[in-house]
Amino acid sequence: MKGKETVQNKKIPLFKKRDFQLLVGTVIFWAIFYTLTKFGMMNLYWMHIINVSLIYVILTTSLNLINGFSGQFSIGHMGFAAVGAYTSATLTTIVWNLPSHGVGPFSLFILSVILGGIAAAFIGFLIGLPTLRLRGDYLAIVTLAFGEIIRVTINSIKFVGGPRGIPGIPRFSSFTVIVIFTFLSVIVLRNIIYSSIGRALLSIREDEVASELVGVHTTYYKVLGFTVGAFFAGIGGALLAHLIQYINPLQFGFMATIYVLIMVYIGGVGSLSGSIVAAIGITFLSEGLRLGLDKLDQVTPFHVGPEWRMVIFSVLLVATMLYKTNGLMGDMEFKVLIPEEEDENAKHGA
Amino acid sequence: MGSIFNLQQIINGIQIGSIYALISIGYTLVYGIIQLINFAHGDFYMVGAYAAYFAVMFSAARKEHPNVLIVLLISMTAGAIVAFLSNRIAYRPLRYKPRLSALITAIGVSMFLEYTSSAIPAIGPSYRAFPQSALIPEHTYKIGHAILSNYQIVNVSVAVVLMVVLTYIVQYTRIGMAMRASAQDKDAARLMGIDIEYIIDFTFIIGGALAGAAGLLTGITYPRINPYMGIIPGLKAFIAAVLGGIGSVPGAMLGSYILGFSEVFGMAINSILGEGIAYAILILVLIFLPQGLLGKKTGEKV
Repeated sequence: MKGKETVQNKKIPLFKKRDFQLLVGTVIFWAIFYTLTKFGMMNLYWMHIINVSLIYVILTTSLNLINGFSGQFSIGHMGFAAVGAYTSATLTTIVWNLPSHGVGPFSLFILSVILGGIAAAFIGFLIGLPTLRLRGDYLAIVTLAFGEIIRVTINSIKFVGGPRGIPGIPRFSSFTVIVIFTFLSVIVLRNIIYSSIGRALLSIREDEVASELVGVHTTYYKVLGFTVGAFFAGIGGALLAHLIQYINPLQFGFMATIYVLIMVYIGGVGSLSGSIVAAIGITFLSEGLRLGLDKLDQVTPFHVGPEWRMVIFSVLLVATMLYKTNGLMGDMEFKVLIPEEEDENAKHGA
Repeated sequence: MGSIFNLQQIINGIQIGSIYALISIGYTLVYGIIQLINFAHGDFYMVGAYAAYFAVMFSAARKEHPNVLIVLLISMTAGAIVAFLSNRIAYRPLRYKPRLSALITAIGVSMFLEYTSSAIPAIGPSYRAFPQSALIPEHTYKIGHAILSNYQIVNVSVAVVLMVVLTYIVQYTRIGMAMRASAQDKDAARLMGIDIEYIIDFTFIIGGALAGAAGLLTGITYPRINPYMGIIPGLKAFIAAVLGGIGSVPGAMLGSYILGFSEVFGMAINSILGEGIAYAILILVLIFLPQGLLGKKTGEKV
């Protein structure tokens, strides 16, 4: 009891040491690659892969909030990314028809990304509300069906190009923009996880009936977590659209979701650090395999197609589940991602 | 628009419903016993279609006329073997782990089957024409304005015979009784001396065999197959199983025919409606009738 009082009386400094370290680390990371590209010492292709992997960090950490931290099972995450991507790309490309430089267009782009996130969150809320009241595995099937519904819907809307998609999206997602958005997403998700919302979600994951009995409004928190996850998926989708400058409905299909799902489960269920490492690692592994399989195709007499990449990933996924059910990092975090107050709580056994 | 409820639509509805029924029975049996949504089930159906394809091609290459029953047996066996192996390799080690890990593994197995098939040069990712006329020559009959082909007759009659056999096995044999007992209460069934793992193997084998048969029947009626053909029918068969009440075999059959009819009639009204009606049904069922038409309402166990 005495310990608890000291925790509450302790003054919280304006800049917490670890947040500062995280910020400095991100700035250094940004500065290194930014200078390398500025002086032409960095291959633009690998720079693109770094950008994509950072967007995957947003998608993976936000899916981990739903699947890992609250123990639900959504397999329609890229559907929300599609909503975000289409909302923001429709605004920037079709409605406003923005040029790709200038301060005005750029701020409109930022606005469109946020609106994309809000649209995805709204759809997530609509789907989550009826489904999350039911048993966990129904969410899987509804989110799977939702992915199909999104595809059918986008295909039938002429205004956004139907199956043809939206070409010629201005390239606003620079390395700097993506780093800032990724940093903010990870920080916000971390703060949610270590807040009362995060505790409620964890309790639901561990035992839904028990947490309901101690007064956690389970449906409320599940829908809240799901909506927040959808919001960040929308942000990720919007950034992706403005990075690759072309979107079509097929890009956000079931297989794209599976890719993010693999990152979550291999990285670690309930570990933001695991998701970050896995998102970056698997994006690079995937590109490496593409190059490696091409090489193998040239030296071996029989054809080795890029399809083997997905075979390897599926075997990796099944093997992870069989031998390390909670993923490579389990629920361990890098120390820099744990707020300092948590140490005190851990010490006092709270 | 004329009447959309004409004989032709009814024939098509029965035929599509029969295929859904064969697939959804496998879902419902497996879910009933181990509460696993087996995402790979649609791929067992794909394996059955390819097994039939290679069987027909093989006998055509030897200038023989393939026997329909033998081809049916081959595709059922292929489906059963793949189902058995995926249970033994991927699902069985996770039996007492959290349920979600088995679900993720099921997705992994599904991906593995799809991508391995499309990566193997002999199968490949592109569409192939199923040699249905080498198996059975086509005849069409006119009934009023409706056209009925013998493919549809084969399709529906094979499905009905298989469903009757399945119902007999589940309701009137010792192993069927053991299956029902395991679905009711696994632990009590084990205490009564039932070998649960054997029953689960058997369930996967039956489910896989029915899905394999559905693969052959689809190959006969819609002669285009590819490694990803199982995804959408698998999803729709699952929706049918949820509609009928997951865990209930008559429910799965009823749900499949309802879904088949609604798709056909929806498609006759508007193609987008036809494509989306299954998902609309799913959402409505989950909101208003989560236990399904014939399912039992279960409280949450604490």
